[in-house]
Amino acid sequence: MQPQFRTCPDTGLVFHRPAENLIKANAVAAVVFLAVGGLLGLLVALTRWPAVQILNAEDFYTVLTGHGVVMLLVWILFFEVALLYFCSSVLLRCRIATPRLGWVAFALMIIGAAITSWAIIDGSSSVMMTSYVPMPAAPSFYFGLILFAVGALIGVFMFFGTLAIARDEKTYEGSIPLVTFGALTAAILAVFTIACGAIILIPTWLWSIGYISEIDPLMYRLVWWGLGHTSQQINVAAHVSVWYAVAAIVFNAKPMSEKVSRGAFFLYILFISVASAHHLLGDPGLSTEWKIFNTSYVMYLAVLASLVHGLTVPGSIEVAQREKGHNKGLFEWLRKAPWGNPVFSGMFLSLVGFGFIGGISGVVMGSEQVNFLIHNTIYVPGHFHATVVLGTTLAFMAMSLWLVPVLFRRKLFMPGLAKWQPWLFGIGTALQTFFMMGAGTLGVSRRHWDMAFTGSAFEWTYPGMAYTMMALNGISAIIAVLGGIAFVVVIVGTVLFGQKTSPAEYSATRPGILLGPAESLSGHSHVGLGVKGFPAPGTFVLAMFLLLIFVVYFFVNYGYLASVWRFS
Amino acid sequence: MSAIQPPAKRVWWKQPVDRVEIVWIAIALVWCLIMFLFMPYWHVYGEQNYSGEAYRVNPQDYVAKVNEFVEEYTVRRETDQQIPVVRPPAGGDVYLLARLWQWYPILELEAGETYRFHVSSADWQHGLSIQPININFQVLPGYDMVLNVTPTEPGEYAVVCNEYCGVMHHTMMSRIYVVDN
Repeated sequence: MQPQFRTCPDTGLVFHRPAENLIKANAVAAVVFLAVGGLLGLLVALTRWPAVQILNAEDFYTVLTGHGVVMLLVWILFFEVALLYFCSSVLLRCRIATPRLGWVAFALMIIGAAITSWAIIDGSSSVMMTSYVPMPAAPSFYFGLILFAVGALIGVFMFFGTLAIARDEKTYEGSIPLVTFGALTAAILAVFTIACGAIILIPTWLWSIGYISEIDPLMYRLVWWGLGHTSQQINVAAHVSVWYAVAAIVFNAKPMSEKVSRGAFFLYILFISVASAHHLLGDPGLSTEWKIFNTSYVMYLAVLASLVHGLTVPGSIEVAQREKGHNKGLFEWLRKAPWGNPVFSGMFLSLVGFGFIGGISGVVMGSEQVNFLIHNTIYVPGHFHATVVLGTTLAFMAMSLWLVPVLFRRKLFMPGLAKWQPWLFGIGTALQTFFMMGAGTLGVSRRHWDMAFTGSAFEWTYPGMAYTMMALNGISAIIAVLGGIAFVVVIVGTVLFGQKTSPAEYSATRPGILLGPAESLSGHSHVGLGVKGFPAPGTFVLAMFLLLIFVVYFFVNYGYLASVWRFS
Repeated sequence: MSAIQPPAKRVWWKQPVDRVEIVWIAIALVWCLIMFLFMPYWHVYGEQNYSGEAYRVNPQDYVAKVNEFVEEYTVRRETDQQIPVVRPPAGGDVYLLARLWQWYPILELEAGETYRFHVSSADWQHGLSIQPININFQVLPGYDMVLNVTPTEPGEYAVVCNEYCGVMHHTMMSRIYVVDN
């Protein structure tokens, strides 16, 4: 048997060599695309800053299409494939299933991304990421996406295969770890997502080459958003898993209750994939019952799941901190948290930003009637930059700052810069989301080159505050991009120039079986932690604060809606 | 590191749940149900809803209908392009057409009257965005969307296209006049 396994001397994690190489390749591809997509994003924000308007209309729509595809699909999915391999092979100490197929998947994803990118760069496919029919893109635009999706799907099935091997070869005892369970949730959602993508993109590609005569625009939107929205729910499941992982890595925190956290992930599996409806609330012809049932993820049960994670992730950190002695008052555990450690600060900013900004705005704008105030305004990108950038991307960055040194056996490059990275990126992005949501509330459109409508037969001027907000959005984007550049510098620097730690030593012997922690669990109330049987009172207060904002914001929106024209 | 390890007890589902979690789940569930019920509530008691009424229509037929409507009720023409301003009878049907890169025609409506407001596209997808009240709908070719609209305040409103529809998207803007009757 070839020497295939190494045990990391710092973390105790076990790496299977072929899995390690696949994780490295996918993570590096992810970071390269993140860098490209980030610069495109900067150009978008600087064009939407009315006084700057750096691109002309044609280039703007090309760049915006590129930004959407590269960020929402390519960067995220490359990272998620790496994460799936990590959560299966590494966390379960198991050999990865079919590593050669992993390289086929990787090649398909690279080739697909390159084909679609080229279709965008040559100007023939400035159709936005959504490519709503009947606006045509070049056939290669759809074809590249299909190849990319096939590659990602292979990666997902390798995850399932690795889980099956781990179970079969008994590499772990008991149930899979919570983080792997979260990754399993993400993988199941990914299958649904990619199936929707295939169901809509293959006919659309056939339409673009003239084989099919017509694609119904409403059906397109319904099925396409099964891809477009659920892919972001993969992100939610993935970044919540990353939150749990970081809490475990930094604080040695254990989940408050395995049952509750796993139950919440299970609610995602059951209910979160119906959110295509969020995009169709202002569309002609769908029934009210369908809209209400779907837009609410079936009575908001998937929102309930996120609210639960929002309590249990910081709650587990609070319990761990209190057990270490930071037990004074409500918030000593938080004050004494390692704010200078970018792995923690990135994760915590992601948690707060996703919950307070992305979560609340998303649920409120997804209410059937409030959506009329929001649909297709720049509020929408404001919202999803809070979920996908502040939530997912920042969580993945935090994870990378821990994982890349472990993977490459090198010390973090420029740790001083790394310390500031989550703050620059997180605060810049958070400000962007506020300014975009503010401008959207004032009516500014998304995907629009010129809010002054130059060349139109009519004149219309948005309030001065809307112009100010779009300018501030541009400035905030510069801050966020500086944070992004810091990330790329630290990661690329670590891979290329980071100081080497002990060389990886592979051994032919199989690693020992993965066991759970030794202590017995019977809840926390008996340890005398916290206040009045609440082991995490500080977290509970924060959660109630979130709920208060949530309730007020919900009714403020309905209140404003009541003041406009009547329609039925 | 137990979130990345198997659960401590093999029968982890028997571990009692902390009270803090149970209380929070109960509160959150109540709020989720309130939000869920608020949507049907608004259909009954709110005055801003869309019933879902829409008809499949051939885009050419819809354009013909709009032209008929314009011929019948045009009251004047505006701008260099001589775009018709159409004032339909109070309470009647209104037809608005979205096409690259124009809303057609300009509408003049009476405040407080309820119109059957049709909107559809002749070509690609568009977005109907009425400013400054900021009400937004998706406009699809092949679908005649019908809303019963009651403009409440007199004034000049802008009709912005907020679904990306090609390179001149930013010029696609028009007017609705709402006048006292």
